[in-house]
Amino acid sequence: MKATARITAVAEAGRTRLVTLRSETPLLVRKTGPSRADGEVEVHLVGGAAGPLGGDRLRIEVAVGPGARLCVRTVAASLALPGPRRAERASRQSPGDAQSTLDIHATVAAGGSLRWLPEPLIAAKGCDHVSRSLVDLESDASLTWREEVVCGRHGEDPGDASLESTVRLAGRTIMRQDVSVGPRAAGWAGPAVLGGGRATGTLLVVDPLWTEKPPEAAVLGPGAARMPLAGGPAAIAQAVGGDLREVRAALDRAFA
Amino acid sequence: MSTTLLLLADGRFPAGGHAHSGGLEAAVTAGRVRDLDDLDAFLRGRLATVGLVSAAFAAAACAGGDIHTLEAGLDARTLSPALRKASRAQGRALLRAGRTLWTLPTAERELHHPVALGVVAAAAGLTPAEAALTAAYGTVTGPASAAVRLLGLDPYATHALVARLAPDCDAVAARAATVDDLPACSAPLLDIGAETHATWEVRLFAS
Repeated sequence: MKATARITAVAEAGRTRLVTLRSETPLLVRKTGPSRADGEVEVHLVGGAAGPLGGDRLRIEVAVGPGARLCVRTVAASLALPGPRRAERASRQSPGDAQSTLDIHATVAAGGSLRWLPEPLIAAKGCDHVSRSLVDLESDASLTWREEVVCGRHGEDPGDASLESTVRLAGRTIMRQDVSVGPRAAGWAGPAVLGGGRATGTLLVVDPLWTEKPPEAAVLGPGAARMPLAGGPAAIAQAVGGDLREVRAALDRAFA
Repeated sequence: MSTTLLLLADGRFPAGGHAHSGGLEAAVTAGRVRDLDDLDAFLRGRLATVGLVSAAFAAAACAGGDIHTLEAGLDARTLSPALRKASRAQGRALLRAGRTLWTLPTAERELHHPVALGVVAAAAGLTPAEAALTAAYGTVTGPASAAVRLLGLDPYATHALVARLAPDCDAVAARAATVDDLPACSAPLLDIGAETHATWEVRLFAS
């Protein structure tokens, strides 16, 4: 399945208006709830099909205009699954075809704010999935960006999944990291990477108000820390835990 | 194969590497590494993540890549400020040692360790592939020798473990020297562990 969803938010007379909401199965975009007091508009991505399945090529494009405020959530976790048999057969002829990919490209203009708070990716047994996020911030843009991965469903070993993230501020890369789990990632379950943890996640916050001084580093528990980044008014919380609840709890208190 | 390569990769090279455990001290104290099997898994994970990134940056610096671009690239890839500090401290010690042995093309006093390694390797006449191998090897041998001190492991068994990792180390170095895009493989517990470690008042290793 190949699909692209597009969300464009602009500010008009102090309020945020959604000028584009393009859905394509399985990526259905819905405006949810009234605008918040601070003018932020919220949309949800509603899964219109199972997956991502091996072979899927999904793309989400988000554009936040100057001064606009947008929050994007998903209604449920995404479950990365292996592809149908025919995709598996095709992949033997051209490796990579059975992989599922999700490319997210977000831009936030000066004075704009994007909160990207999706539910986690669950890497089911046998999956082969890559999520690539590229976020381009103009200077003076604000960002909250959460990424979480759960290693398999209950009692299940995960397939291969990678979360690859790049965040640029005024054209400079301030955060770049790839987290990989599954049989192809050597040592991923070992004590240097997840240490037997079944879930991991990050919450990145870029706030122009921190230009003088981002939040200080802090240990949030045995498997979680908040860390100021080197390249801008930004800090990232990173957590590893036995399950998603543990990870989410640590991320939620990182900037509280 | 060259003596210069062995000299630079040698743990006795006076660049202060013995003061760092590569995150092992934090992992041991947290109870995540208790025995040789845990150490094996720790080293494999470290090699596949930090090892590949370090080797690729060392190769790129050795090949004459722009130092400031590479520095910014490592800053963006090193989430933990404690790890950024440790990397720069090791880079500074390596540049100081390298400068007394060879003529370095830069007046920089402090660089991330992989960038410093690439610069020093180039000045010593080594190739980017050799710089990558030195970096990959160092990411394994540093914590391996720290393990002997931290866990009292048998040095023979620990060396046997490193010997078993040799093909993986070669493969990581080969991949690092040929990739188009600089990798960014992350090891969450190394970042989190480094932050925990940095808060301790008493510790055996600097990182």
